[in-house]
Amino acid sequence: MTMDIELTVNGEQVRESVEPRMSLADFLRERLQLTGTHLGCEMGACGACLVLLGGKPVHACLVLAVQASGETVETVEGLSERGAIADLQAAFHDRNALQCGFCTTGMVVNAHALLGETPVPARDEIRDALSGNYCRCTGYEAIVDAIAETARKRASDAEASA
Amino acid sequence: MKSPAFDYIRARSVAHALEAYRDLDGEGVYLAGGHSVVPSLALRLQAPAALIDLSGIDALTGISLDDGWLRIGSMTRHAEIASDPLIRDHARLFHLAAPHVAHPAIRNRGTVGGSLSLADPASEFPAVALALRAELEVAGRDGIRRVKADDFFLDIYETAMEPGEILQAIFVPPVRTGEVCAFDELARRRGDYAMVGAAVQAVVEAGRLADISIAFFSVGNKPTRAGAAEAVLRENAMNDTAIAAAQAALDADLDPSDEPQMPASVRRHLARVLLGRLLGHLGTTA
Amino acid sequence: MRSSDTRTISARDPHIGQAHRRETARRHLAGRGRFVTDIALPRMLHAAFVRSPMARGRIVEIDTSDAAQSPGVVRVFTARDLNPLCQPWTGTLDHFASMVSAPQNLLAEDEVLWAGHPVAMILARTRAEAEDACELVMLDIEEGEACVDGHAALAEDAVRAAPGLDSNLCFQTVLETKAVDDAFACAAHVVEGDFVFGRHTAVTLEPRAVVADFDAASGQLTVHHGTQTPYQFQDIYARHFALPESRVRVIAPDVGGSFGMKLHLYNEEMATVAASLQLGRPVKFVADRLESFVSDIHARDHKVSARMALDAEGTILAMDVDDMTQIGAFSTYPRTSVAEGNQVVRLMGAPYKMPDYRGRLSVVFQNKVQTSQYRAVGHPIACAVTEALVDKAAVKLGLDPIEMRARNLVPDDAYPFVSATGYSFEKLSHEACLSKLRDLMDYDALRAEQAELRQKGVYRGIGIAPFVEITNPGAAFYGVGGARISAQDGAVVRLTPSGEVQCAISVTEQGQGTETVISQIVADQLGVSPEQVKVTTGDTDTTPSGGATWACRGAGIGGETALRAGRKLQGQILALAGQILQSDPADLALAEGHVVDANSGTRRMPLAEIGRIATYRPDTLPEGADNSLTAAQHFAPSGYPFDFTNGIQASLVEVDVETGIVRLLKHWVVEDCGRIINPLLVDEQIRGGVVQGLGPALFEECLYDETGQMTNASLADYLVPMACEMPDIVIGHVETPTNDTILGAKGVGEAGTAAAGAAALNAVNDAIGPLGAQIHQTPMTPLRVLKALGHV
Ligand SMILES: Cc1cc2nc3c(=O)[nH]c(=O)nc-3n(C[C@H](O)[C@H](O)[C@H](O)COP(=O)(O)OP(=O)(O)OC[C@H]3O[C@@H](n4cnc5c(N)ncnc54)[C@H](O)[C@@H]3O)c2cc1C
Ligand code: FES
Ligand code: FES
Repeated sequence: MTMDIELTVNGEQVRESVEPRMSLADFLRERLQLTGTHLGCEMGACGACLVLLGGKPVHACLVLAVQASGETVETVEGLSERGAIADLQAAFHDRNALQCGFCTTGMVVNAHALLGETPVPARDEIRDALSGNYCRCTGYEAIVDAIAETARKRASDAEASA
Repeated sequence: MKSPAFDYIRARSVAHALEAYRDLDGEGVYLAGGHSVVPSLALRLQAPAALIDLSGIDALTGISLDDGWLRIGSMTRHAEIASDPLIRDHARLFHLAAPHVAHPAIRNRGTVGGSLSLADPASEFPAVALALRAELEVAGRDGIRRVKADDFFLDIYETAMEPGEILQAIFVPPVRTGEVCAFDELARRRGDYAMVGAAVQAVVEAGRLADISIAFFSVGNKPTRAGAAEAVLRENAMNDTAIAAAQAALDADLDPSDEPQMPASVRRHLARVLLGRLLGHLGTTA
Repeated sequence: MRSSDTRTISARDPHIGQAHRRETARRHLAGRGRFVTDIALPRMLHAAFVRSPMARGRIVEIDTSDAAQSPGVVRVFTARDLNPLCQPWTGTLDHFASMVSAPQNLLAEDEVLWAGHPVAMILARTRAEAEDACELVMLDIEEGEACVDGHAALAEDAVRAAPGLDSNLCFQTVLETKAVDDAFACAAHVVEGDFVFGRHTAVTLEPRAVVADFDAASGQLTVHHGTQTPYQFQDIYARHFALPESRVRVIAPDVGGSFGMKLHLYNEEMATVAASLQLGRPVKFVADRLESFVSDIHARDHKVSARMALDAEGTILAMDVDDMTQIGAFSTYPRTSVAEGNQVVRLMGAPYKMPDYRGRLSVVFQNKVQTSQYRAVGHPIACAVTEALVDKAAVKLGLDPIEMRARNLVPDDAYPFVSATGYSFEKLSHEACLSKLRDLMDYDALRAEQAELRQKGVYRGIGIAPFVEITNPGAAFYGVGGARISAQDGAVVRLTPSGEVQCAISVTEQGQGTETVISQIVADQLGVSPEQVKVTTGDTDTTPSGGATWACRGAGIGGETALRAGRKLQGQILALAGQILQSDPADLALAEGHVVDANSGTRRMPLAEIGRIATYRPDTLPEGADNSLTAAQHFAPSGYPFDFTNGIQASLVEVDVETGIVRLLKHWVVEDCGRIINPLLVDEQIRGGVVQGLGPALFEECLYDETGQMTNASLADYLVPMACEMPDIVIGHVETPTNDTILGAKGVGEAGTAAAGAAALNAVNDAIGPLGAQIHQTPMTPLRVLKALGHV
């Protein structure tokens, strides 16, 4: 059986027919070629597949594409192209907070959501927010630094413009 | 790790869901947040004919006060459990436990009803429901009934719900004066299922424990009330002697399984340590 | 003409040593990485494997008829169909005298030898359909007795882990100095311990992935392969499938982590290539996480008994070590599973003056997943055993651990130095590192704080671990044993018509920053900025052949190759400029995108002008002028067989003595990797490496039951180190360049992993020692810590 679904992905209206068993991650990667959403475990344990569903970070490997019908999805490609994470990307780049890059998109999506909720998180809060995001390459410290630096910059920019 | 094929039904109402379940002749599985169902499908541990999605049913959502009782809709997500002010004030143990459940993104999808229905003995919320003496509202083909948490959790992944019944809401009794609570768990890593965890709620009157309920999780095949330890503490002052006696009483309360990586004796030891710490903490807050 | 080849690194190399960012990082940050898992080709099929559910058994019957009828299935292969396509492989090397291993082929033939051994291969339109069909394959296996424990496997009458073996001993060796027994006989103190180091595995976030694409019309095989060593696989695919090498192209695009795990040959990748050859269509295989745990190589798995002899002053006289390591049913190909143990017994006591030594190694087969080289091969074991014994000796002698090391480290002025195990060290800096570490961590203050907290019942511990790391290996590693593994690398550098630079090089990138480092080095040779140097890696058709990335060679050997290629091109450019400008090339140099006057720095002409003339107007050049603006260079290390690096690490932990939970509070590393080309990249290599050492020290372990089943083979059950549990890591440097090369760089990729676990082990023992407890097993789980403390 396939089902028709309709959803908004990165601001674009998408209509597709999918098998109910298809995960949102496979849907994004295989149907829409949005390969920035990665798969590292397919069971919610690595965070490589994080996307925003209705504005909140969720594991795209644990959501079925049919469940997302009628919803709004944003992936790293969308966030990047609309400039929402430019400063985070720059901070990750400056701090060399990625190596192979496979965890990076999930990290950035999660960091974006964190800073939306907690504009100036403490280091512990950053580590806590990343507690489900596995990175084999960096050892995490640079990622924490990059997020903390973005928060600091945003706060000081906000102060300057106030 | 791709799921086997299945159909998908988005239930419009509890009645619709119950009907769909009946039509599937035992081959249907309810879907709430999906964060236990979907991984188990990816692991091909089950192969349902169809998933019946409950998450769009309005009657299963919402958090409200009803005659002093707090009603929590079963589709309430873990993240709302953590942040909702009514829960913070009227079911504080849920509020304290929520940050220990998995990781932030999982809490954005997982539902309290899914967690209680699944009845994983390592899960936090079932133990919280026990410690709060919550009541669970269940809808079935014969109507609606309320089950006390003490009677709800039967065994590993087994509850008092009949196949096809739907957990609609959790009812938490009114807050009493002098009520205090504490929650903690010992986990290897942040967000992991605990090696041992416990939720404690007590009523302190004039320096004595007028009432106490203690519920452990990750010790044995279901969330477990520590009745013997409670009895030792009830009507007593909270001091080192009482705490030590309660710790000793745990041996009768808990029946952990013996596993190579976690022998029963170690879990018992950890349970005693944790109880000591929680009671010590209660002592300082009371 | 001035010979540019003798100039060492100097102020004229403005980019070497600078913290340049990685330009490729931007793609990843925008979600534009291109990994093998992302590749989809027209008519591509997806592979899934039916695997043995048990560790040992005889295949009675495989019935694939239902699976073949399953929707979407195109073909089902078993050993009978597929194995004849492939020349079997055997994981032995000549320089490991008398080592043995059974030959292997694509799919299990008569016997299954580990739980996870692939038995049948399904090819379908989608991976989901392939998995559906896997469930329909009827597999009748008669279960046999599995060999699971190494010691038991060595018994005379033990069942053999694989058919055709005379015993379960894969390899045995003894290293010994003459006076080792005398040293123990006259020692004032002897300390000893039995250590167990659990199995763990790489868990790269991107699993193993391959897309094989055989075009029967042209005879061309293209394999997109997530690996760190494309040339090695080009050679393997050509030889084992009898294809001309020129018709095999291996492309390694972005690779989501490798760490040694992705340079071994696996049944599944070989079967994927075979299937594509057979079907003439692209075939994709991506290991899912469950398959990764039962098919990616595992690491370590050692049981070590060791003693150390000391004189009355605490001088180390000798070590006597017996290492038994358990490797699975086969030795891996093409590097074997012996190199790990071999390095364990050769790195024992490496930082110390210790004159005498005996090391015994037994490498043993059993019915589990194969173990083999993973980041810091052998180092963590040698370091942990050595440093645990040094700390025991310090306790026995009442010496501070730092003082104990100061008395025994090879002094900085004692080089060249040959270790008791026979390694030649050109120049190391242990003393400088020790003193720098002491300052960096404020050692005395930490000790004071530790004592104060202990009064309050808080148990903190400090662990110290100096180390030596093997980098820049030459052919001594594998080549001499007959392996077709290149120890040399190659680069082609060219000036484009518009005056920019392109460099195609054989070393590969998995995020370490290889391409950035190469661009910095080449930029300095040609007087341009690194942004103007485009570096290409990871494609056997477009880059020269070389060893690529293994054993810490990217910067040291790859960098030297690039440097020499750059200088060759510099010579060509200056010669041409000399002719155009009617100047002596010796009076010219390259800087800031220009040919300049070597002495005054005055600009003479832009590089773009050279490119333009050489490309579009060679007719205007003087007669006989050579307009070639491409230079090729290969480089193989000579001189020392390896460039050793050194450093020291320290760990601060807090042990909850009631629960056994260990919290890592902070970690320090002082490291000497020779010339630092890019400090930003070096520091993050170290941090990542440290965490890969701390993971197995506290969390990571492949657990098996007594029947040989791995019991925690999922990412929910196998505990990788996560952000909340890992500490901040403070890094310091000492720089002792090697004189073996012009560049002077050594490796750094494995240094962090080498000693982090040893430092953590010592820290935990320092914390619980006052309670009379000691732990000698990793990972240090709460259960093991509680046992050590006598609570259970
Ligand atoms: C990586 C990871 C880590 C996790 N860690 C933890 C943890 O530390 N602690 C913890 O407690 N949980 C943890 N979970 C589980 C998570 O909290 C689950 O989401 C939760 O237990 C189930 O809720 P759900 O809404 O996702 O339910 P679903 O997965 O949708 O359903 C779970 C089960 O309950 C049934 N069901 C659901 N709702 C109802 C209903 N209203 N009436 C009747 N039956 C129903 C379903 O049919 C199914 O059998 C983790 C999950 C993941 C993926
Ligand atoms: S792939 Fe979704 S969490 Fe790992
Ligand atoms: S950068 Fe490789 S996994 Fe994080």
